[in-house]
Amino acid sequence: MSRLVPHPLLSLLLFLLWGVFTSFTPGQMLLGAAIALVAGRAVATVEPEPLRFRRPDLFVKLFFIVGIDIIRSNRDVVRLILSGGRHGERVSGFVPIPLTIRSEGALAGLAVIITATPGTTWVEYDSRTGVLLLHVFDLRETDDWATLVQTRYQPLLAGVFE
Amino acid sequence: MSALPLWAALPVALLVVLGATLAVLGTWGLAVLPRFYERLHPPALASSWGTGAIVLAVIIATSAGEGRLAIEAIVVGVFVIVTTPVTMMVLTRAALQRDRAEGADVPPAAKADSVQSGSADPL
Repeated sequence: MSRLVPHPLLSLLLFLLWGVFTSFTPGQMLLGAAIALVAGRAVATVEPEPLRFRRPDLFVKLFFIVGIDIIRSNRDVVRLILSGGRHGERVSGFVPIPLTIRSEGALAGLAVIITATPGTTWVEYDSRTGVLLLHVFDLRETDDWATLVQTRYQPLLAGVFE
Repeated sequence: MSALPLWAALPVALLVVLGATLAVLGTWGLAVLPRFYERLHPPALASSWGTGAIVLAVIIATSAGEGRLAIEAIVVGVFVIVTTPVTMMVLTRAALQRDRAEGADVPPAAKADSVQSGSADPL
């Protein structure tokens, strides 16, 4: 199983993608399956470890939490842009955040969340210390970004990918 | 594709206007903000719900127009969301590298001796 399909999740997604873009007829599904399997083995030559994806239920929960958070930060950033940064009072800055997640999948997931959220940007991650450096658009003393990332996203990411 | 029924045309119009507005505001912010690290933030409006709203509009319009569940536009949204961190990291790390070399007011690079192995070079 693992030698024939080294990246099962990748192959499954490629197969579904092929179906969505062509059609779910037997011929196309056969072709899509062949392409998905060959592509999975090709990826295995450069990336032997498949992505661990253990808890789809937590992934769905994370998806909705992040979706709502992003709507909220869209609203905040729009307001900041329109008001000229609360009329010049807005201060931006760097925030270091010590992380416990270490796997590539979980960190990549966090990178997607941080980047897709307006107002926060991934600046640098040091794999030796496990500290992530964020840049925050609107840095207020009442906001605790480290605790937010550590308690809101990190446990779910760890549950899904580690 | 024939004219859309009203129940589809209304949300499609609202979503397109919302997405386009977010894209314009993101671009505006990018243009007017003074510092590099601040200018990174507004374009995320366009790449998050700017893209999301347009993708939803395309899905509703295509589904209503062709009478089938047309979800392939989701792929556009997925690829935009998943690939932006790559360019973002290249940009921020290049800027940080340069700012550190020039002694600008940015956080210093993590020191090697903070690793728990204890065998770090005394540099």
